[in-house]
Amino acid sequence: MECKEARALLPAHVDRELVARDAEVLDEHLRGCADCRTQRAATQSVRAAVSVHATRFRAPAELADRIGDSLVADPPRSNRTKSQFWQGAGIGAAATAALALVLGFGLTLMQPSHDDLLVDEAVANHVRALQGGHAVDVASSDQHTVKPWFNGKLDYAAPVVDLSAEGFPLVGGRLDYFEHRPVAALVYRHRLHTINVFVLPAKTGTMSAATRALNRQGFAIERWTKDGMDFWAVSDADAATLAQFRTLLMAQSTPR
Amino acid sequence: MSETGNKIRTRRVCKEWSRRPFLSEQTNTRRFGDMALPHLDSAYNLARWLTRDDHDAQDIVQESYLRAFRSFGGFRGDNARPWLLAIVRNTCYTWLKQHRRAEVEVPYDDDIHGGEDRVDGGGGGAHDTNPEAILARLDDVRLIDEALQRLPVGYREVVVLRDIEDLSYKEIAAVAGLPIGTVMSRLARGRKLLVTHLTQLRDGGSHGM
Repeated sequence: MECKEARALLPAHVDRELVARDAEVLDEHLRGCADCRTQRAATQSVRAAVSVHATRFRAPAELADRIGDSLVADPPRSNRTKSQFWQGAGIGAAATAALALVLGFGLTLMQPSHDDLLVDEAVANHVRALQGGHAVDVASSDQHTVKPWFNGKLDYAAPVVDLSAEGFPLVGGRLDYFEHRPVAALVYRHRLHTINVFVLPAKTGTMSAATRALNRQGFAIERWTKDGMDFWAVSDADAATLAQFRTLLMAQSTPR
Repeated sequence: MSETGNKIRTRRVCKEWSRRPFLSEQTNTRRFGDMALPHLDSAYNLARWLTRDDHDAQDIVQESYLRAFRSFGGFRGDNARPWLLAIVRNTCYTWLKQHRRAEVEVPYDDDIHGGEDRVDGGGGGAHDTNPEAILARLDDVRLIDEALQRLPVGYREVVVLRDIEDLSYKEIAAVAGLPIGTVMSRLARGRKLLVTHLTQLRDGGSHGM
């Protein structure tokens, strides 16, 4: 592969969008070409800068109300204004239905979503592991010790990589319980911070490939899906550090 | 102006809608809410980045949700987010064409290889386009928002969809109505342009002090 071709593929490589074969050929080229490696690093850092630092605008609360209102606006075959309608003495079937809808919308908004509950569960697991002083069942920074330890304990093989060289040494693994099933929990350390990563087979059709950064009770949370596995990382480290950790883990946990 | 226009349009949409048999729509409305509301932040984020204005973004998202609801019956699939974002994106573009025509009439050179050659030609490694170096010296990350805002909208949308919304190339292609190759080249060029803007902002900032 020549540099020209490599440069054209680099953006897709950084975005993990290349098919395995192309990625391998490109990796081969990168091993021998410092210029292209520099180019890759540049693309990676601009991508990380945007995804970590650019503002993720959140919809103002009143927008959901406005949309809810407009979906049930003006009952059919009536030219009365909304307020007259509500004040009408005989509240008929249509009005009751409209009211139910408005309330329904409110309820949908207020109920914690399934995802919200999972975030709570991930944080609770993280806290419990640290409180009990029982963060790992198998203590090793060797991925070839930790990965086989899960054999026979789970019905899937979670990818395990050590990130010592990148500043996130693997501490070990343990069996945890998450989303109604036993899961692999991997523990990493970064300076004085502990990172718990829960790995489980992705459910099809749910929040597909939605990578999300969240904050709950002061803990940073990163959630992503890769190669059919759901990953939840929880830590007391700051959000930017955890985002960096996610990028590293995503880059390295590709099965060979 | 824009606000009034949107309000009138929205009102018209509401009216059309209200002529439908109401009770039969009840479960449909509920289903639509369950499907579409979780993506409200994404929808708003995209509209906010494309219009760069809170008020206009809110109007556009509201109108998009009405449009989405009207065509909800035709939606087949399990991934509603790209479908919904495509509607938001198109509504944004309609709005931009009406109110900021100049912004959407920027010509894009979408040839995949040409731009790469131009930017990297001659292996100019000494050229100060290393974002790592630039970012390391940036003490204000708000500059990233500002640099992103300066991108032409066709580049801005792919960068926002990829790097903030984490959509795949395939999903971005569906949302923006572009071939995957074009998504790729616009992302590459958009990110390079972003670095150029960051450099300018940084230099401008330090001169200002």
